[in-house]
Amino acid sequence: MNLRNSIDRPTLIASSFIVVILLAGTLYTIVTQGTATFIEPTYLLQQIKIAAFLGIVAAGMMMVILLGHIDLSVPWTIAATAMLATAVGGAWAVPVGLAVGLAVGLANGLGVAFLRVPAMIFTLGVNAVLRGLMVMLTGGFAPQSNATPLMVWLATGHPLGIANSVIVWVLISAALVFMLTRTPLGRYIYATGNREAATYLSGINTRLVLIGGFVICSLSASLSGLLIAGYTSKAFQAMGDAYLLPAIAAVVVGGTNILGGQGRYTGTVVGTILIVLLQSVLSVAQMPEAGRQVIYGLVIIVMLLVYGRSSTLRG
Amino acid sequence: MNNLRLRLSQNLGLWLGVLLFAILYTLYSTLHPKGWTVDVFVQNSNESFALIMVSMAQTVPVITGGIDLSVGPMMTLVNCLASVLVSGSPGAIVLGIVACLAAGALAGFVNGCIVVFGRIQPIIVTLATGAIYIGLSLFLRPSPGGKVDDNLSWVTTNALAEMDNTYHWFPNGAPAWFSTTIGKLPMPIILIVLIVLLVWLPFRNTVTGRGCYAIGSAEGAAYMSGLQIWRSKLAAYTVGGLFAAFGGLYLALQTGSGNADIPQAGAYTLNSIAAVVVGGTSLFGGTGGAVGSIFGALVLRAISFCFRVFDSNGPLGFLANPLLQPIFEGVILLLAVSLGAARVFRIKNRLTLFS
Repeated sequence: MNLRNSIDRPTLIASSFIVVILLAGTLYTIVTQGTATFIEPTYLLQQIKIAAFLGIVAAGMMMVILLGHIDLSVPWTIAATAMLATAVGGAWAVPVGLAVGLAVGLANGLGVAFLRVPAMIFTLGVNAVLRGLMVMLTGGFAPQSNATPLMVWLATGHPLGIANSVIVWVLISAALVFMLTRTPLGRYIYATGNREAATYLSGINTRLVLIGGFVICSLSASLSGLLIAGYTSKAFQAMGDAYLLPAIAAVVVGGTNILGGQGRYTGTVVGTILIVLLQSVLSVAQMPEAGRQVIYGLVIIVMLLVYGRSSTLRG
Repeated sequence: MNNLRLRLSQNLGLWLGVLLFAILYTLYSTLHPKGWTVDVFVQNSNESFALIMVSMAQTVPVITGGIDLSVGPMMTLVNCLASVLVSGSPGAIVLGIVACLAAGALAGFVNGCIVVFGRIQPIIVTLATGAIYIGLSLFLRPSPGGKVDDNLSWVTTNALAEMDNTYHWFPNGAPAWFSTTIGKLPMPIILIVLIVLLVWLPFRNTVTGRGCYAIGSAEGAAYMSGLQIWRSKLAAYTVGGLFAAFGGLYLALQTGSGNADIPQAGAYTLNSIAAVVVGGTSLFGGTGGAVGSIFGALVLRAISFCFRVFDSNGPLGFLANPLLQPIFEGVILLLAVSLGAARVFRIKNRLTLFS
């Protein structure tokens, strides 16, 4: 496969935009502080480490978006995983956390695939139920339990020179790229996202494909929840709220069609790094929250105006 | 008779919403020690107004087959703007209200322009513009505060009779026919009826408004029939922005201040989608209407009202536990939106599921 085929237009534009952000940020710091913080390796490695949490969520979200659906239950999947895992503690913390993801994914998948409730509203309901469950279990207070040593090690340890969270992200990415491009399930996901009726008539059980997509998404969210809890060494109520919209934005800015069926995994990784760097550079530049929100929104719209436009309607 | 049956079956979702609301609200009012009184109606309608408006705002784009994730942020933006503009002399207040409504409509118009001319999917457009509107709200109100005219605040959040007490409509005091009948109507309910009669129904009955339904049913067919697709879509998002502006304005009058609360904006957006679905509008577009969404929003509100009045010693006492309230709300929401799944068991051809 040559280079031209492996890098598509959205990925290329998003990558160039990352360079633009870094250069603009560097120019700012050189003028104001006389340092080039943004192109120092320590800073970049730190950002990649932070991007891993969002990257893993976005990777799962991409599978659901490729299917032409969306998963709004991610925030409380993250929080519920982290809260239950820290509450159970010990050796069972990580398995229990992933079991939460599996259960949520199955529930979402069943609702969308069998009951045919629109994913947007069903996952919203599941999110509300998860929130209710956690309020019931924790009594409305922040849970007291701390992350287990394994979770802390997974999120912050760096025996190989780079943080383990980044290694987890790379492993998951490799697995998903293999799944999407080299296995039948990957083909089925793209096919179902393009036209479910045709895929069904080709003899594929599209319900199982849908359930598979939602399970992957929730499992990724759970894994990210475990890592975030390990990173902050505790679980708290609203810990997942900051990951839903950036994850969707990362997937879409990476060139995946929100209607499903189109998109490359490389794009999602580039999109994630773009979103994380943008947030970081704006906060280092001491931009107030108001300006950050406006620029964040403008960047998404401008990027999509460049390469995310749908074709004109002709009958 | 046939006509009636047809109309009933076409609006089944709406009637389900009305029925659900009637049951829940009767339960609430019966259990409430001061149920069925003007005070309770006024209080409940105050608490429901903003959500009703945001749900109506959500309905119009949903009918065209789109979605508007920026309704909460638009409401917040107008809320903050109102806390700056709606005070001072009577003239300034009127101008302030007009400016607030115009700002909401403009925000919706911008959404529509990007959707129509930018050809980007509505869900992503409004996700991004939502962030922009929240940012603008934060510019206006970095911290909660501001001022809204007290008199206006008072009359819009009370029964109609207070209008006379405050602004002295009747020089010789209110006549009995006024204070004992329509004077008891809560202002928010009057406002909702006025907005439906003066904004929603006229809009729905224009060619542009009907076009929204046509686009939601089959965009290609609507295009081939010569409808101005761009005009209907632009109008749908603009009207949505206007409804959200009503909600934001009322929120400012109700709380007497502006607050650029990001979690609150998100909660309103998500609840509006739930209200639209409970009110009988399909997320695939083409059916339903804003009146259904009013009852959808009322159902959501009535559920939370009910939890306040359960006697903790009674047979339903376990429901009074505030810690259990979120999970019951969640489960009821999930069940309500799953009602639509009934069609899965009635279809004759499985391929119709995949549209």
